[in-house]
Amino acid sequence: MPDFDNEKQGITGLRLMAKIREFERRMPLLSEEGLIRGSTHPSVGMEAVAVGVSLALETGDAVASNHRGHAHTLAKGADFGRTMAEILGRSDGYCGGKGGSMHIGVKEIGVLGTNGIVGAGIGIATGSALAAKVSGDGSVAVAYFGDGASNQGVLAEAFNLAAIWNLPVIFVLENNHYAQSASIEEMVAQPDFTQRGIAYGVKSVAVNGMDMRDVYLAAREAVDKARAGDGPTLIVADTYRYLGHMAGDTEIYRNADEVKQWHDKDPIAFLASVLIDAGVLDNERWTSMQAELATEVQAAEDFARNSPFPDVSTAFTDVYDKEEEVSR
Amino acid sequence: MSKAPKSMSTWRALNAALHDILEDTPEAFVLGEDITTWGTGGGIYGVTRKLADVYGKNRVMDTPISEEVLISAATAAASRGTRPILEIMYSDFAFLGFDGIINQAAKSRYMFGGQFDVPLVIRTNGGSGIGKAAQHSQSLETLFAHIPGLEVAVPGTPGDAYGLLRHAVTTNNPTIFLEHKNLYYDKGLVDFEPLPFGQARIARVGTDVTIVATQQILARSLVAAEILEADGISAEVIDPRTLFPFDMDTVYASVAKTGHLVVGHEAVRDYGWGAEFVAEVVENSWDKLDAAPVRLGAARTPIPYSEELEAAVIPTVDKIVAAVRRTLA
Repeated sequence: MPDFDNEKQGITGLRLMAKIREFERRMPLLSEEGLIRGSTHPSVGMEAVAVGVSLALETGDAVASNHRGHAHTLAKGADFGRTMAEILGRSDGYCGGKGGSMHIGVKEIGVLGTNGIVGAGIGIATGSALAAKVSGDGSVAVAYFGDGASNQGVLAEAFNLAAIWNLPVIFVLENNHYAQSASIEEMVAQPDFTQRGIAYGVKSVAVNGMDMRDVYLAAREAVDKARAGDGPTLIVADTYRYLGHMAGDTEIYRNADEVKQWHDKDPIAFLASVLIDAGVLDNERWTSMQAELATEVQAAEDFARNSPFPDVSTAFTDVYDKEEEVSR
Repeated sequence: MSKAPKSMSTWRALNAALHDILEDTPEAFVLGEDITTWGTGGGIYGVTRKLADVYGKNRVMDTPISEEVLISAATAAASRGTRPILEIMYSDFAFLGFDGIINQAAKSRYMFGGQFDVPLVIRTNGGSGIGKAAQHSQSLETLFAHIPGLEVAVPGTPGDAYGLLRHAVTTNNPTIFLEHKNLYYDKGLVDFEPLPFGQARIARVGTDVTIVATQQILARSLVAAEILEADGISAEVIDPRTLFPFDMDTVYASVAKTGHLVVGHEAVRDYGWGAEFVAEVVENSWDKLDAAPVRLGAARTPIPYSEELEAAVIPTVDKIVAAVRRTLA
């Protein structure tokens, strides 16, 4: 059983969670300002899952994310400024402004893309794990997806494939209780999502998605198992999104009491209190840390705002490896 | 390489290409449903025969019946440094994995600003002629050719099947490699060299009319050309070989010589790729045309089972001959 180091995973993880929250908190504001086109899906409240999983990964490992993927990308090691620039459609964005919030890929750190198709990342992570098995590169792959995506057919196919081939893949189901506006109570008859993995021979564990320690320990074990060639794991993280499905969501489908109950379990405040109780953090340091993070995220935002829009000619590149084919 | 040219059937040519690819390309691997234990150990049409015996189960994999995950997983495996060659038993089954093909494979390079190559080859077969009926006989090449990001190969001879497949594995673009199920046992000369995409082949030289056709309709066009020759009409027959990239220059040059164009394919005529070729010639070589071009394609019906019904919905030799006479009239 791996252990949780308060300094190494605790302070590092707390810092990363708080920084991601500061980043995500700004999304609705930037959207209102008209700087974000289309839709953007913040994951405020869900930081412990992305950070807990990422702390168990190496740079060479891969993650396949979903539409709510900023935290997954940032926790894997993406630069905050370049990620923000992509969300704002700027030339310094990781994809040169072609991807936006829902399609951010960062090859050098194994981010195979946030994804606009619900459940698609499940197949993609399975494919990265298949490549690892064929090439022997030793990497593992993580698929992040939600309770809504668990109703997509690709889940069944991927679980079976990963299980029969012992693929080094970790399926992370973030149960934030709503698929857009559809509650799990209305959309699934079996709310114990670990049953989905068990049915296909995939080792399945449930974790408290508001406790980063719990997520990290489960992820650590799953990563070790995958790297040893012992196959996939499904981690079901119980969590909650504090904001709406996307910027502009009226949230008429849920009540304020429910939201407040989850705020009382806030993953950042909770971990901070754990670390303060353990004596590795004090209120003063925590306060100054938050101020530093706000400054860092402001710098990222300034970078993104100041990044130029891409040259229109780039709209026609990168369709094919050979650019002459698209110049017609 | 540098093997002596040899006459062989299409399925053997494809099999030889896969053997040579696995030999030369360590990153390549082959996967699909029932590809090592069905029939004589090479899948439905024998194309993957003995590959697993030679290259092992880590590089030649039988998969569950799971097109959706196989296509998206092969896409990601391609973007993670391997070169997967995925067999989809019949192209009709690719519909189960269209998210992987269209939303993931075709767009990954573009969406992520050119960071990811997707050297994926999806091998599958289309077409009618052997009574597989509506859900196993469609000609879907136009659908794939319509999608930016995909390359589409439609080999019509054993030599092209070998050469185009060798090339498909080397490109960093996702390729839909559409074989024709009624041509697997046709024989032809294979010279064991890769064949670049986007270079049409002049299958028959002529001076009076240009016929552009692929696969089974290509074969029928060559028969039609012989019939027309007997009447003193000289037909030039062009096989585009790939529908994207596609080689219009060879078509323009031919039309400049003949002044007449007939395009034939097995895909449904309405909105089919033939319309694209005709439109390109009309837009860019209008002054070279002596008459309106003619399109031939399948009727707007699913492919029926019964033999005479099936034959009735696909362009025949007679219909090609009639189309040529019409444009020359």
